[in-house]
Amino acid sequence: MSSASRFTSFLKLIEGPQTLGKGPKFWSGFGVVLLAACAYPAFADSYDVGNNVYFFNWLFMAMGLSLIWGYGGALSFGQTAFFGVAGYAYGVLTINLGDAYGLTLISLVLAVGISALFATILGYFLFFGRISGVFLGIVTLSVTLVLERFMAQTAGPEWAIGKARLNGFNGMGAMPSLTIPWPGGNIVLYPDVTLYYVTLVLLLVCYLGLRILVNSRFGNVIVAIRENPMRAEMLGYDVRKYQLATFVIGSALAGLSGVLYTSWGNYITPASMGMTAASLPIVWVAVGGRSDLTTTLVGTLAVLIVFQSLTIYGSQYALIVMGTLLVITVLIAPRGIVIALLSPFMRRKSKLEGER
Amino acid sequence: MAILETRQLNKHFGGLHVTGNVDFALQPGEMHCLIGPNGAGKSTFFKLILGEHLPDSGEILYDGEEITRAKPFERIRKGISVKFQVPGIFKELSVQQNLTIALQHHVAPEILQEEIDRLLEFLKLSQDRKQLAGNLSHGQKQWLEIGMAVALKPRLLLLDEPTAGMTPDETFATGEMLQELNREGMTLLAVEHDMAFVRQIAHQVTVLHFGKIFAQGTIDEIVADERVAAIYLGEVDA
Repeated sequence: MSSASRFTSFLKLIEGPQTLGKGPKFWSGFGVVLLAACAYPAFADSYDVGNNVYFFNWLFMAMGLSLIWGYGGALSFGQTAFFGVAGYAYGVLTINLGDAYGLTLISLVLAVGISALFATILGYFLFFGRISGVFLGIVTLSVTLVLERFMAQTAGPEWAIGKARLNGFNGMGAMPSLTIPWPGGNIVLYPDVTLYYVTLVLLLVCYLGLRILVNSRFGNVIVAIRENPMRAEMLGYDVRKYQLATFVIGSALAGLSGVLYTSWGNYITPASMGMTAASLPIVWVAVGGRSDLTTTLVGTLAVLIVFQSLTIYGSQYALIVMGTLLVITVLIAPRGIVIALLSPFMRRKSKLEGER
Repeated sequence: MAILETRQLNKHFGGLHVTGNVDFALQPGEMHCLIGPNGAGKSTFFKLILGEHLPDSGEILYDGEEITRAKPFERIRKGISVKFQVPGIFKELSVQQNLTIALQHHVAPEILQEEIDRLLEFLKLSQDRKQLAGNLSHGQKQWLEIGMAVALKPRLLLLDEPTAGMTPDETFATGEMLQELNREGMTLLAVEHDMAFVRQIAHQVTVLHFGKIFAQGTIDEIVADERVAAIYLGEVDA
């Protein structure tokens, strides 16, 4: 096969049996949504645009969890551990290195790398130790809670890495925002329109990249493991390696969320790895429909916006609503509310679906 | 040389010896059935061969190479394949995808579709390629799993009650499928209860009882053996 046709068949994987949206209708809709997203800053106050980047920041973690849980069948309850590790790593690195010469971008890559390395080590013991099901959830949740407790007690001045004080319960602040070196003056990505577009592009790249990944041979194997790990192994696949790779990719995305969030707000706290923070991604992803990237994105965005609005009017109710939403989802639409709403339109199709 | 050989294979769970000093040899090209009353150790013996359980002592050789401690997927890559008793398929995926996953690691992308079509034809599932595997009838699920096992082009195919829950017609059709695979050179070892099916396919039969080899021979020899009839009625102790 020539390299050109190899590239074409690679791009074709953007549609396939593991992703719901396909065909001209879907991509036209996708184009409209994307155009609307691109046009939004022209019609809104730049302060609001910058604030709303907040919603985008979480979507990477949600897509990562969709990959690990929805596609791979492994419920990780502790994706916030990788969020927090990358957030703190970005803080420590940038406070020490500064924001010149593109060092914040290098710090971003390093921080995501550190969270991926952490996921590799943890994942090695989990998957090569054949830990699965509810135990995987318990261990990952414990890890994030341990990290939260640990960071919460780092208030004293002795808890510093170079110039970066960890600051315990109050959290670490004052790290520089992401800064792109540019001839004629650095572009600092404060929460406004530029950051909005940069995050949107990142989101688009990750979404399309993940679509290709899940429809590739690798994606075939991870859904096979979700369906029947023993059969997958008895087809000659080393199930543990595939699970580990999936976990690392998904966790690196949680790390990316962590860095973007930290850079966006110049702030990260231990609470970002706490119980509440750890359970929210489960709600977002379950409500949308974890077994598909698009429904995960739609669901997460919708839940985040509802949650944020509720928080403004009374924070104590927001979490109760989230819990109720999860219970309703599990009882009424276990595959996700977005998928359930779409299913009347797809019923005939989904029974016959799967053809590549 | 035997394609599969076990030497003094032992496995016990606590005080219960489920496999006791089993010396077993399977010749290339053979269709061999393993029978025995419930609790005879047939499934455990299978799991030992596959690496799902590791033996307490003894050796397993595949094609002269020791595989006693090899991981299951390593054994598969050497040329062993298996069909489980309960259909081990990917229910939420289409028939086509089930076969793709079985084929993709050793078949070039250009001929993948051709190979899938050939298998679907063989399995009599050409009409159902887009169907979710979970929607197939029980017999079709069994066939699909046989297809996935065969897709690996194994030299040795292990089958754990391949016709469990099938109608007599389906059972007979399955027997014909397996005979065709055997004619193409595949060695088969099946655990089976259905004696009509055993008669249809087996060149050789081994009877396990209390984890030990109790009798071996052709189906006629085994059926004529009064001791074998007796253990099925519970009249002979180990």
